[in-house]
Amino acid sequence: MHLKADSSKCTGCRLCQLACSLYLFQENNPKKSCLAIVPQFPDPGVFGVRTCTQCGECAEVCPVECIPQNEKGAYYIDADECIACLECVEVCPENVVFTHPDDEAPFECNLCGECVHFCAYGALYIE
Amino acid sequence: MLNGYGGRVLRVNLTDGTFRKSELDPELARDYLGGRGFAAKTLYSEVEKGTDPLGEGNKLIAAAGPLSGLLIPGAGKTTFAAKSPATGGYADSNVGGLFSAEMKYAGYDLIVLEGVSPEPVYLFIDDDTVELRDASAYWGQGSITAETALKNELGEDFQIAVIGPGGENLVKYACISHDFGRQAGRAGVGAVMGSKKLKAIAIHGTKSIPVADVDEYRRIGREMYDYCKASDAWEVWVRLGTSGVNVPSNEWGSFPTRNFQSGYFDEIEKMTGEYMRETIVITDKACFACPCACGKYSHSKKWDIYVEGPEYETAAFLGADVAVSDIEDVAYGNYLCDELGVDTISAGNVIAFATECFEKGIITSKDTGGLELSFGDSEVVFELIQKIAKREGIGDVLAEGVKHAAQVFGGDSADFAMHIKGLEISGYDSRNAPAMMLAYMTADVGGHHNRAWAITYDIEVGRDAITEGKAAKVIELQHIRPLMDCLGTCRLQWVELGMPLDYYAPAMQAITGVGRSWDDLLHIAERVWNLTRAFWVREVDGFGREWDYPPPRWYTDPVTTGPTKGKLVAREDVDKLLDMYYRQRGWDGNGIPTQEKLDQLDLDFVGI
Repeated sequence: MHLKADSSKCTGCRLCQLACSLYLFQENNPKKSCLAIVPQFPDPGVFGVRTCTQCGECAEVCPVECIPQNEKGAYYIDADECIACLECVEVCPENVVFTHPDDEAPFECNLCGECVHFCAYGALYIE
Repeated sequence: MLNGYGGRVLRVNLTDGTFRKSELDPELARDYLGGRGFAAKTLYSEVEKGTDPLGEGNKLIAAAGPLSGLLIPGAGKTTFAAKSPATGGYADSNVGGLFSAEMKYAGYDLIVLEGVSPEPVYLFIDDDTVELRDASAYWGQGSITAETALKNELGEDFQIAVIGPGGENLVKYACISHDFGRQAGRAGVGAVMGSKKLKAIAIHGTKSIPVADVDEYRRIGREMYDYCKASDAWEVWVRLGTSGVNVPSNEWGSFPTRNFQSGYFDEIEKMTGEYMRETIVITDKACFACPCACGKYSHSKKWDIYVEGPEYETAAFLGADVAVSDIEDVAYGNYLCDELGVDTISAGNVIAFATECFEKGIITSKDTGGLELSFGDSEVVFELIQKIAKREGIGDVLAEGVKHAAQVFGGDSADFAMHIKGLEISGYDSRNAPAMMLAYMTADVGGHHNRAWAITYDIEVGRDAITEGKAAKVIELQHIRPLMDCLGTCRLQWVELGMPLDYYAPAMQAITGVGRSWDDLLHIAERVWNLTRAFWVREVDGFGREWDYPPPRWYTDPVTTGPTKGKLVAREDVDKLLDMYYRQRGWDGNGIPTQEKLDQLDLDFVGI
């Protein structure tokens, strides 16, 4: 089970990212979210969406084994144990392990579903 | 730090290349909220009387509101404002997209651009880093081209506001473009940016916006989004956006056609919203955090161009008003205006005016450099757009706007030069919609519809009626809609999806921590409205009632065809409307705010 995107339905509004940061950090800050919108303008005029596939490569590479799975099966980074080596960021094939200047530890999708709820266009779903 | 705000003001002096950052004044936030409230207060207080709009003394403002960048549907509006080079009065124009959200993530609510740079520059803002950078490589480029190049250079995460050649060449209705197809289009804010030799603003921010009660704010925000998604109107609105208005407006007889000779275009088959959707639209494109994307991003195979739109207004002015009937041709005209950086509304209006002058023999091919102007000739429209942006030949006259062009062309052309206060009228023929006409007459930037889209009220209560109720409705709308501009959010969730206004005061309380009723917020909107009126009174000699009249065509020339054929609003009815409006506003018979009204609104610094 992981977060998937039908990018043909994405309008580029970034509400998913805002809802994500509010859930994860209780902050208004799309730069602290766990999915990426990739606008391709002016040509071909579409949005790409990158989401975590829960492939687990981040957990495999983590030298201190601080990326366990939650009750939904989603990998998450235990910020208290993380040594900020950023190997998980580098290994991620989708480029969806994120960092922010405020935080030493990276963060990634925990399958909370907030983005799915807020997206009015049905571009995001979990299955 | 103020909850709901980025918290800082950035001032940039382009003349000497210096910057100043300061904390946002809590009293400014309390009394003017943000967005156009900040813009109006700053312009009134800081731009000296009689300042040349294209000179060193004018200031260009970019302002976000307290809702910008937050979990509120449509909270992606940015106000750009200045003393207008098109009208000599107050100008603001707001643009959707992602700019104001990014301003706040970088920690700024208000950017004030002062002076004139000696060389072309762009303003680079990355959180706390602010630089003026050489823009000589971008100067001369089209808006879309330059935005692409800046994103390639700086990164996709930077949000860009940029001018095209129209702004560089000081076309009086040059726009500021953003996000590949959105514009602060009206009243020449792009020309002010061009006069400052400022090609673009590129901004990126990584900060969080503080709110007072995050749980309550999220609860209200969630309710607002859930309301929008469940609205019966959602599906059609998102499918068509504003192009869905093309057909109803035509059926109302309000679709400007052949320079407002009519309000009905009989060749609309290839310009309906459905036709456009089927033939050219490829992507629904939304502003920040908007659940009802009205942006329709299109690809014209005929012209091999990508363009956002055409929006309703562009269909009106690069379509019906110049009698061009194929949406692909409208789209190409739209693309040219966007790339060259001129407002589609004013450009189409001016071209329609020139075409009528040509057909009536007021101007000839000697004046047009050999061009034969006729309604329905899209190639001539494309040619004129380029001449305007480059100020070539007749384009140099048309670039000054329709009021000026009528003075140059002479004859009786001033009678059908479709402007109010020097700003070309936007897309609703109002000869059978007196409330809409009054809305245009009294709009605070000149002939623009979005301060009070009152035509639906005319239809609801009887189109011929001249009543106190219509004046009251115009005033009510002139407070609600500009309030949204102060808050930094879009009005269309309310207008098109029926989202209740009751959400906004509780949302503002949760966000800012300041308890205010909806009426308290409307009081601020009334303050801002009167302040912009006072700006006109101060800046324009002899300003008053004469400036509120519509062009003579609207009270002397009956509509020629369609469902409103034969209709007009007689001059005595125009006066009745103004009398009702002024009285209800607490203004004198010449349309000047009374001292009592100014005192009520705590505008004690305004001297009239």
